[in-house]
Formats: sequence, C-alpha cells, structure tokens
Amino acid sequence: MGATLRRLSEPARPAAGAPALRLPGTGDWTRPVPALTLTLFLLPIGAGLLGTLLPAFGWLPALGGRALGLGPWRALFAEPGLGRAVLVSLVSGVGGSVAALAVVVLFCAGCHRSRLFRRLRVVLAPLLAVPHAAVAIGLAFLIAPSGLLARLVSPWATGWTLPPDVAMVNDPWGLALGLGLAVKELPFLLLMTFGALGQVQAAQRLRTARALGYGPATAWLKTVLPAVWPLVRLPFYAVLAYSLSVVDMAIILGPSTPPSLAVLVVRWFYDPDLSLRFVAAAGALLQLALVAGAIGLAALAERLAARLGRRWLAGGGRGGGGRAADLAGRTAALGALGLGLASLLGIALWSVAWRWRYPEALPSVWSAQTWLRHLDALLPTTAVTFGLGLAATLVALALVVGCLEREQRGGRRPGRGALWLLYLPLLVPQVAFLFGVQVLAVRLGLDGGWLALVWSHLLFVLPYVFLALAEPYRALDPRFGRAARCLGAGPDRMLWRIRLPMLLRPLAFAAAVGFAVSVGQYLPTLFAGGGRVATLTTEAVALSAGGDRRVLAVYAFLQTLLPLLAFLAALALPAWRHRRRRGLRLPS
Amino acid sequence: MIETLRWFAVAFGLVLALGGPVAPARAAEPLTWDQALQQARGETVYWNAWAGDERINAYIAWVGERVKALYGITVEQVKLTDTAEAVSRVLAEKAAGKTEDGSVDLVWINGENFATMKENGLLYGPFVRELPNFALVDTRDKPTTLVDFTVPTEGLEAPWGMAKINFIYDSARVHDTPGSIPAFADWAEAHPGRFTYPAPPDFIGSTFLKQVLIELTADADQLQKPVASDSQFARVTAPLWAYLDRLHPSLWRGGRVFPASGPAELQLLDDGELDVAISFYPSEAQSLIDNGRLPKTARVFVLDDGTIGNTHFVAIPFNARAKAAAMVVADFLMSPEAQARKQDPQYWGDDTVLAMDRLTPQQRALFTAIKSGPASLPPDRLGPVLLEPHPTWMTRIEAEWARRYGG
Repeated sequence: MGATLRRLSEPARPAAGAPALRLPGTGDWTRPVPALTLTLFLLPIGAGLLGTLLPAFGWLPALGGRALGLGPWRALFAEPGLGRAVLVSLVSGVGGSVAALAVVVLFCAGCHRSRLFRRLRVVLAPLLAVPHAAVAIGLAFLIAPSGLLARLVSPWATGWTLPPDVAMVNDPWGLALGLGLAVKELPFLLLMTFGALGQVQAAQRLRTARALGYGPATAWLKTVLPAVWPLVRLPFYAVLAYSLSVVDMAIILGPSTPPSLAVLVVRWFYDPDLSLRFVAAAGALLQLALVAGAIGLAALAERLAARLGRRWLAGGGRGGGGRAADLAGRTAALGALGLGLASLLGIALWSVAWRWRYPEALPSVWSAQTWLRHLDALLPTTAVTFGLGLAATLVALALVVGCLEREQRGGRRPGRGALWLLYLPLLVPQVAFLFGVQVLAVRLGLDGGWLALVWSHLLFVLPYVFLALAEPYRALDPRFGRAARCLGAGPDRMLWRIRLPMLLRPLAFAAAVGFAVSVGQYLPTLFAGGGRVATLTTEAVALSAGGDRRVLAVYAFLQTLLPLLAFLAALALPAWRHRRRRGLRLPS
Repeated sequence: MIETLRWFAVAFGLVLALGGPVAPARAAEPLTWDQALQQARGETVYWNAWAGDERINAYIAWVGERVKALYGITVEQVKLTDTAEAVSRVLAEKAAGKTEDGSVDLVWINGENFATMKENGLLYGPFVRELPNFALVDTRDKPTTLVDFTVPTEGLEAPWGMAKINFIYDSARVHDTPGSIPAFADWAEAHPGRFTYPAPPDFIGSTFLKQVLIELTADADQLQKPVASDSQFARVTAPLWAYLDRLHPSLWRGGRVFPASGPAELQLLDDGELDVAISFYPSEAQSLIDNGRLPKTARVFVLDDGTIGNTHFVAIPFNARAKAAAMVVADFLMSPEAQARKQDPQYWGDDTVLAMDRLTPQQRALFTAIKSGPASLPPDRLGPVLLEPHPTWMTRIEAEWARRYGG
C-alpha cells in the first residue's frame, strides 16, 4: 500500500517531448547559463551565511571578537523575551501557513466542481501581486478596535461609543500577524495548487473516483491530494519559512514587546551597542534552526498523515454529497480573500481622507491633499521602485530563459536537487544571510549601488520567475521547434522566432510575478541599499511605525498599484500582439 | 562545480578578510567655515534622520530646497525608524575599514546615540564653533545646547531644536488632568485603558520612564552621573518599578501591548482609543490640529514640578563623504529663517535653540509673527525644565524594562 501511495504521489511527468536534440556544442550561449545562475544565487547566500555564522561563535575581529566560543549563544539565551519571541514566531508563522494550506485544501476538495473554482483563477494573480506590507497595513486599518469593521457597526449595533480595549492588532501572541500571513499567502498557495492540478490529471482521477461512487470532496482528498501534494510541498515549505521569518509584516501587525524573533534579530543588528551584533548573529542562526525545525516537523507530519491516511484510503469510505465541504471551502476562501480585498479598500479610503474619526463609517472630510502634498516625494520613490523591479525582472527573465533553453537543447531536466537549490533563497530566512551580505557589499564597495540592489532582489525574483515560466516552457509542443528545424532554422533563430513569441503570454506573466516580488522586497532593499535607497515598500514600513495614516495609505496604495499595472500589462500585451493569431488567443 | 567552489573560496576569503586589522580613523584637521563654504557647492548630503513624522520629513525637504538655492547643496533624507540604525551603519563601515566616503553625512541625534558615537570615535569635529550661526544659540539659558544628557557636546554636534515633555488630551472628553506622576496613576485607575506610553526604547517612552524616575526617586542628583553599580541602580530605580507595577494594569490593553512610537500613540488619541497621549514638542498638538490629525478640541498640559526637556542636534560621522556640505547644512539649520519655520506649528512646532536677544529686530520678527494657536501653551506656562539623566541610566532602564515587561 505504501508503494501504491508513493506511486500515486509521484508527479506525473509530461510525456517526454522530443528526444534530446543534440546540437553542435560550439557557440551555444546557453551552456554556461545554469552554472552562472547558480553562482549568482549561491555566492551571496553562502558568503552571507558564513558572515553570520562566524560572529555567532564570537569571530568578528573588527569588533574585538577573536576567540571562537559560545559567548554569543549564552548572551542570546539571556536576552529577555527570547522565549516569548520564538513562541510568537511559531504561533504566527506556523499558524498562518497551516491556516492558508487548510483553506486551500478545503476549498479545492469542497468546491472543485463550482464555477467559483474556475473564476477564482482569474482574480488570484492580481491578489498575489499585492505586497506583504500593503496587506498588513490594510488589515491593521480593518480589524483594529477603532478600525473599519468596528466603525461600520458602531455604535448603533455594538454600543461602542469608544472603541473597545481589545488587542486586535499587535496582540501579544501574534494572532493578527498569523491572520495577515494566512490572507497574504493563500493566493500563492492556491495558484501553485491550481498549477499542479493540471499536471496530475486531476480531472481523470476525479472521474474515476466518482465513477466508483466516491463523494466529490472525498474523491478529491483520496485521489487528487496525494498526487498534488508533492508538487505543492516545496511552495508550502517556502510559505512556512517566509512566515516564520517575516519582518515587514511583523513590524506592522505583530507585537512589539517582545516582537517575533526575526524582528528582534534585526533590532539587535541595528543596536548601537556593538556587542549585540554577536547576539544578533546567534539569533539569526536560531531563526535558521527554527525554520529548519519547522520544515522537518512538516515533513514528519506528512509521513504521519500518509501512514494514518493509508487506512482511511484503503477503508473505502465513499463520503457524502460534499455539500458541507463546499460551503466550508467557499466560506473560508471567500472570507480570506474578502479580508484581503477589504484591506485594499481601506487603504484607498484613507489615502483620500482628511478627517476620519471613530466611529464614522466614512471620512467626514475628504481631500486629495495628501496625494498632492507628497507628489514630489512620491514620484522619485515610485521611479526607483519601478526601475529596480524592471532591472531585476529582466535579468531574472534572461537567466531563466537561458536555463530552460539549455534544458531543451541539452535534453536533460534538472533533478529534484536543483529545485531545492532554486528554492534556497525562499527557504533560508533573509535575516540569516543578508547581514553577512551587507558586510560583504560594504567591503567590495557595492553597498548602496544598483548592482547590489538588483542582485539582492534577483535572489528572490528569480525563483518565482522560474516557477512561473518552467511549466509553460516545457509544455510547448516540440513539433513547432522540429518544423522550424526542418525549414533550416538554427537553435537561436528557433528560440527568437518561434519559442519566445509563442510563449509571450507566460513570459509576460512571469515578468509580472517577478516585478511584483521585487516591489514587495523590504529587508533586501534595506540591507543592500545601505538604507539610502527608498522604495515604496521601505517608505511604507518606515511610516507604519506611526506616521500619518493618510500618507501611509498613499504609499501602500501605490505599492499595490504598481504590480497590478504590471499584471494588467501582462494581460494586455499578449492580447494585442496576438490579436491576429487565433491559435494563441485565450479561449474566451 | 569547480568554478562554484572557487567562487566560494573567494567569498570565504573575503569574509575572513573582514576580520583583518582595521585602519585607525584618520584624525583630519576640521574644515574652517570658509573652506566648508567653498567645497560644499555641488555636494550631496545624505542626512540620516528619524522619519516617523511626516511633518518633520516635509520640513527636511524644505531645508533641501533652501540649501539648494542658497549653496547649491543637495540634501537626501535617509529615513530611519530608529536613529540607532545610522549609528550602526557607521559602526559597520568602521568595522569594514571604510574610513572615508562613508554613507552617512549628517545624522539627527542626541542622548545615548551621541554618547555611543562620541565614545567610539565615530564623530567628525569639533566643527560647531566654526559655524557662524552658532553664535546666536542661547547657550546660557538653554544649557542643554552644550550638554547632551549630561555628556558635553564638545563641538561634535550642532544644536537644532528644543524638546519638552507635555501631554495632549481631548478637552471635549477629558475634564480633569493629573498634575504629577503619582496623580497620573490615580487618574489612570479612574479611567482604565485610556492612557499608555510608547514601548521603550522609543525615545518618548524612555523619556516618560525617566520623568517618573526623576519625580519619584529620593536620589535625583545621582542621575546626573553615570550608573555606579548594580546595587545603586536597583536602589535608585526601585520606586520606578513599583510605580509601573501599579500603573500598568490600568493602561491601554492592560499594559500588555504598547504603541510603537510617539506618533502611533497620537494616532490612537485621534482614533478615540486613548484620552491622554505624550508629546515631546510643546507645539505638536496645535500642529497636528492644523494638519487634520487631531480634533480641534485637543489641548496640552504639563506637570506641576516640571517635565524633562532636552536638545536635539545634528552631527557628522568621521567618515562622511560630504563633510563640507554637511557643515553648511548644520549652519543653515541654526539660521533664524530655518529656526522660525521649525517653531511654527503650521510646519513642525519645535522650539528654537536661539537666544532672542542675540537676533536683529528683523530676525526676531520672524519669531513673533508665528501664530501659536489655542492648543499651544505659552512659554511661561510650560513649567520648569527637568534635566536628562546620564545616558547610562537610560540604557539600563530600557534593558530592565525589557526584562520586566518585555517578555
């Protein structure tokens, strides 16, 4: 039975396309691209980790640390609030990502037959584009005791003439942070799951199971989930790692005394008391261990679930009509997505409010002043954000296309190990290596420069671009290429004239994803930019510490708008280019 | 693969190299005013400044426009959430051996951050006496312009503004305000959940703790010297912790959650979550009313026996790239034009460091023309100024606060 399950859970490989098209080796520019990409990736992470590892054991001669020892660790464990900070990280990080996963499973199992299921695909991508900080800011506006939700029902329904004294945001356990993470990560997990469903012939599995009398939800859980999980596992680990070590959202939604571990580590790095640098390094490694431990536990839980699930699978229970599952899935998914959308609405309202006191449901005085007053500051910041995103996305796109093209020409697909490497920047907590990277960049004179900035963004943009582009690239019918070869086109001509134009839609989509990821980056911008480079995200997070809420809303709004425009462009460009090519248009 | 390994070897070497000996900072002769003026044109000053308040950011942007017009200097504000970030950056640069062309040219600073930079030799100067406008500063009646949290400035930082603790409340809702720290605890018990302070190490939160300490301890004079011993610290601060233990249960969120900063607390006041909030700028309430961020009924009170007041400064790191332009900007900040605009609640509402009797009648007119508004207390009703304790007290208090209430 174990073997059956394993076979079920193997991802179905698309039928191997063309037999390896061996090309004359000379002059093939794609050959060094995979190695180059990996170097660009591994170098900063490896060097950064080392730059964190050494001080964690007392080695940082510039600050007088010349003896290896456990001193930093003793100091770390003596820090007040450390235990609580770890707990906050666990509650919010594990809670948030498991909640997001649960909603995904519930929704897919319960609602896979509904129209909503198909429609949701369309709205997911733009939701994915909303930066983490913007979601957090909007959610804080929404759920605070004096926030939008309370204002809508007060005082007429609740009797609250003054906002209730309840910690809805910045609560000591990080529950609000967990909620924010769940809301933000849900679209990503859903999108990855939708992508995976296509690869495992979910429809056939369901048809077979349904023919055998299984209820719809049970059929999905028993036949599709085990097959889809291996493809969703890594994205889930990335979500888990990210949630455990997030900084920007934790600053906005999380508690402050103490904050989550990642925020504490960043605080120590920036403390004028230099001896705390060692504590910070040890804390960053603890953060790494926390993530590794959580992923290990997740793997263990998976084994356990598989073992327990076997009996359930083999038991043959057919399950009911799935009405309850449908309702639950619908409620959970729409609830979470609704919270996300309402957050954005709150941001939009605050950006044009002048006076808006509790308990008014809408602003009492409206004004465009906030926008007009800050226009001078907004334009250059937006330009920097845009330029940085564009540069990182273009470089990532070039590298990814190079890697995928290499794969086609070499006729070999990278193994599972390569996928893990690709995910590395998403799995290793940012605080664990960015500090080392910063010291290195200062040493090389790169800090604050565009090279360091684009490079640091690339680390996080590239994996997402790869994820978005790999499947469509591999799935392109190889016969187009063969036809071109028969007509005498060389491999490069085939790439430029056939493959890339045909793949314009996924290319544009991948670019939009990459751009959105870049716009949302907080810590990498902060570290690599030497604090000098302001993007919409760094400005928004800085303002969230209590600046003018209306200005904060303006920044958060723009921060959301930029990636949304990228997604619109990603839809419009192929549609326009392909307006005369029916075969390439989206089926309407 | 070999390639990759070689890359790693290079990276490893680089990281180890960071541990190499650090070149000692060159003690360059400070620039004279004339030299500074000559070299400043065309330079860009990266001014690292706490950016939690949009009004202050707008003021800094105005400074940028003015020095561009007057001296051809470009000012870029590097927005910080905590000034310690800038201190840390300069330290990191020193650690990496970057003794010139540093990334910080000017930093808004005082208190323990100044003490740290001074102690570690991270500051350029003395340069302040070279600045012509320094002669206008009221060093006699405002002694904190020369002594920052008991640490002598020794010309390493130029005074910029005067801060003083005051409390903002909404007079439409609150009719009784406490006049002392003990009375505050009674008031909070009578109005549970309606007062709080920003979590230390936010400077306003820390200052509130020092205010409590000064008012309650029997040994206030010992605060003017560094902390001598653990037992002394425990003895002197015991009344503070007893007070907080009593106060916290009646604070906002039962004292389990604290706002992140002063402006965040003022936002809570406007949201109706608080009745009383702490401010560090006597004209801040009026300024926030004018900006639509507090109700028109907001008013200010101070404590009968005085509240803590201090001076905030700007300083230049030892490795700043644009030292000349940074000096010129520091001088412009002390000019009557810049100081008067800063004191105007319409823009910021931060009191001037200048002595009115050292100004020309025209310069004085800039200050008398300022409309202070109904929510500002006139200087004679702001009460006595209490002196800041030595920075070591603040550092220890923050650590002890984190130990007691931060876990």
